Amino acid sequence: MLDWFWTIPAVPLVGFLILTLGPSLPRAMVSGIALGTSALAAGLAASLAVTLLHQGFHPVGHTQALWTWMDLAGFTPRIALYVDALSMTMVMIITGVGVLVQLYATEYMSDDSDYQRFFAYMSLFVGAMLVLVLADNFLLLFLGWEGVGLCSYLLIGFWYRDLLNGLAARKAFIVNRIGDTAMIVGLCLLFTELGTLEIQAVLRQAALQWTIGHPMAIAATALLLGAAVGKSAQIPLQVWLPDAMAGPTPVSALIHSATMVTAGVYLIARTHTLFALAPATQTAIVVIGTTTMLFAASSALVQRDIKRIFAYSTISQLGYMFMALGVGAAGTAIFHLFTHACFKALLFLVAGALMFSLHHEKDLLNMGGLRRDLPFVFWAAVIGAASLSGLPFITAGFFSKDQILLQAWRSPSGGLWLLTAGLLGSMLTALYSFRVVFLAFFGDKHSEVTRSPGWRMTVPMGVLAALSLGVGWLGWSARAEEPSWFLRLMDTAMPVHQPYLVTDAQAGTIALLASGAALLGTGLAYLMYMQRPAVLESVGETEAVQTIRRFLLRGWGFNWVYRWTIQKPFGYLARTAKVDILDQGYERLIMRPFLWIADINRDDALDRVYGGLTRLVEQSAVTAGRLQTGQVRWYSTVLVAGALGLAGFAVLS
Amino acid sequence: MTVLFYLSASVAVLATLLFVVASNTVHALLNLIVSFVAIALILLLLGAPFAAALEIIIYAGAIMVLFVFVIMMLHMGPTSVDQERRRLGFRIWWGPAVLALILVAEVGFLIVTGGVTAESGPRPVGPKEVGLVLLGPYVLGVELASILLLPGILGAYYLGRRRREGP
Amino acid sequence: MSGPLVVHTMMLAGILFAFGLIGFLARRNVLFMLMSVEVMLNAAGLGFIAAGARWGQADGQIMFMFILTLAAAEVPVALALVLQVHRRIRTLDADAVTLMAG
Repeated sequence: MLDWFWTIPAVPLVGFLILTLGPSLPRAMVSGIALGTSALAAGLAASLAVTLLHQGFHPVGHTQALWTWMDLAGFTPRIALYVDALSMTMVMIITGVGVLVQLYATEYMSDDSDYQRFFAYMSLFVGAMLVLVLADNFLLLFLGWEGVGLCSYLLIGFWYRDLLNGLAARKAFIVNRIGDTAMIVGLCLLFTELGTLEIQAVLRQAALQWTIGHPMAIAATALLLGAAVGKSAQIPLQVWLPDAMAGPTPVSALIHSATMVTAGVYLIARTHTLFALAPATQTAIVVIGTTTMLFAASSALVQRDIKRIFAYSTISQLGYMFMALGVGAAGTAIFHLFTHACFKALLFLVAGALMFSLHHEKDLLNMGGLRRDLPFVFWAAVIGAASLSGLPFITAGFFSKDQILLQAWRSPSGGLWLLTAGLLGSMLTALYSFRVVFLAFFGDKHSEVTRSPGWRMTVPMGVLAALSLGVGWLGWSARAEEPSWFLRLMDTAMPVHQPYLVTDAQAGTIALLASGAALLGTGLAYLMYMQRPAVLESVGETEAVQTIRRFLLRGWGFNWVYRWTIQKPFGYLARTAKVDILDQGYERLIMRPFLWIADINRDDALDRVYGGLTRLVEQSAVTAGRLQTGQVRWYSTVLVAGALGLAGFAVLS
Repeated sequence: MTVLFYLSASVAVLATLLFVVASNTVHALLNLIVSFVAIALILLLLGAPFAAALEIIIYAGAIMVLFVFVIMMLHMGPTSVDQERRRLGFRIWWGPAVLALILVAEVGFLIVTGGVTAESGPRPVGPKEVGLVLLGPYVLGVELASILLLPGILGAYYLGRRRREGP
Repeated sequence: MSGPLVVHTMMLAGILFAFGLIGFLARRNVLFMLMSVEVMLNAAGLGFIAAGARWGQADGQIMFMFILTLAAAEVPVALALVLQVHRRIRTLDADAVTLMAG
């Protein structure tokens, strides 16, 4: 298997070529080719994984050189692939989620007129992403990096006849270019300083050549960080991801949540040896990750468009991964990447199923009461939301987030403040994920279900739901001192530099705090979105009295419980509000601050800064534009006069 | 040999001058071809036979033929000749002429003061030697030239094709 | 005898280049401007060959060939542009084409 793992990226690319260059094919054949190539790639990846795992936990990677790309004095990048535990995990995620999402898309996109084009792009994406994670040198990695960027552009603007989609695609492309430019500069720097672009050689060479805190190390890692920030939609380059939701939902599930946006995390994890040499950059990663995580979580709270909620959620979860990378816990970050790929893809598929059933309705407030009509989608949404919130013990998200929090607290570069921020984010995450569940599936019906998803949509959701519940145990270890199975696997690819001790008690505390935060968020969501509307409606509402009464009864009961648990932190409430106007205080103290924070973020305050910059540039362009007469001869005369002036200066001096 | 050089140099200068002031495009083109052929002769005298051949084949041949094709496609009749004649007034000429004079003065100044000495002279450099150097140290340049030619072809194809939907 | 030959070739290249420059700046017909560009490129190539001959090296001819390649790549694109402009605006007057005016 190790001799021909190059077929894994090759197979989807062949599929892409057939779909692109071939004639217009019937739909069944298009699905067959796309699914067949993806499934074959997934099968090959699985057999590769089995082969690798058979070798046990040895820190080895396998390189396979296919041919020399170009040969210029001293610069000989090869087309070579490299596989170790890290790339293998990524390959499994990409091919696995890829197959499921493509199966889903065969039904979701079934009445689209550009069926073949869609699957051609999807196959190209899978191929490019596999090249990215399997690349042996930075140049090939960059090729894959740009390839997935191109596919992202093509797929966001897939319905290009709507101008807004085209604009969103362009925005994503341009914002990503900022990061990519940083990456090119960073690669040039690495090459001039270390003399090679082969990733493993660069890492070895850097460790020999640079000391910790070497300015070159900081510059190179800062530039790579810029690339990762762009691709993974972190502050300040996060603006493209929410708009990227203009693409078809399967695209959002595969590209904009599970795989492509995690490429930045992969890049940093892959080069974590470099980052270990640059503490300043690591601090920057922590700051960026934490701010992004809190920012995006609060933004997600007030969105009405269901896909935008999940987009902000993706940004927020990527922030968690960055936080873990920043404190040096790359293995944990990859574990969260893994679980996140499962549950976020699931949530996007749920969003797609809702839109599919409700005739492209995306507004959360126009949904409601869908629990009965779409029971399967409901349970998938509950599992996804639970996993995203990290409800304790039964979900995958709990295990990965728990470990990030543990690392954030215990690692030398972390601390208590980081833990607090992480817990706050965890609570917000639970709040907005269950807000979606409650608003979409409970309460009154606002729109009718026109059709129900068939087996090609439910099977992928079922598989992902099972994974969202199950994969967490891979990262579980009975004793805190021993790393879990997954982390040991990651350590073969990314050796931990400074192992630090974690005791059982500390791990227990974190598990308790993490579960507490998640449950608190869920409870708040229940109070705010399940009880609150019922209270309001009870004032003048006469119909459906039974239901409302039941809600009211339960609500009051909860308010009592809530009074005793939440009142103490909000002592103000106890002094100013009597029991009967408890609701008012509740509204003022809990709901408003949340809504206020979130409201500020609604338009993405950073967008305005960029808007101002645009206007500034526009103004200066108009001023400079007066010089542009449009006459070629005028331009050339000026050019010649300038050139002659310079030449005269050179001649006479 | 010296006579040959000065003869062809004057032919080149005269032909180029006629090209610049011509008002009929086809006449201008013919003058230009004469000028290129004269330059090819000079290249031969300078010991560069390969370059001389290329000058005739590519400049006087391929590139000028392209211009002829375009002129034919555009049907430039007598009206355009009149137009050209009217446009070529002194007001148009003096600016570029001054700039060109400055240029010639700068080059002349360099030649007079630069001390170009004459110890080594035109030793014939044959095609074999050129080829060895071209595909040796300059191979990257060849690669880049091939990259340049590809967009040249594609660009010409794209720009030149007639759009199907309307004019 | 070869010394003055090289120097005079350089002067010839300078003069031809100046003619090309005048033609490029003074003519309003796009076709004339393009042909003038060819004259200038050719003059530059001539200068390279003279310099190469001065040292008896092949490098001058190599540069000439690169310039040739450049001209060969540039002319089709430029002429295609001319055709497009003529097709749309029905003119070859460079001063009339001011669509890019700011």
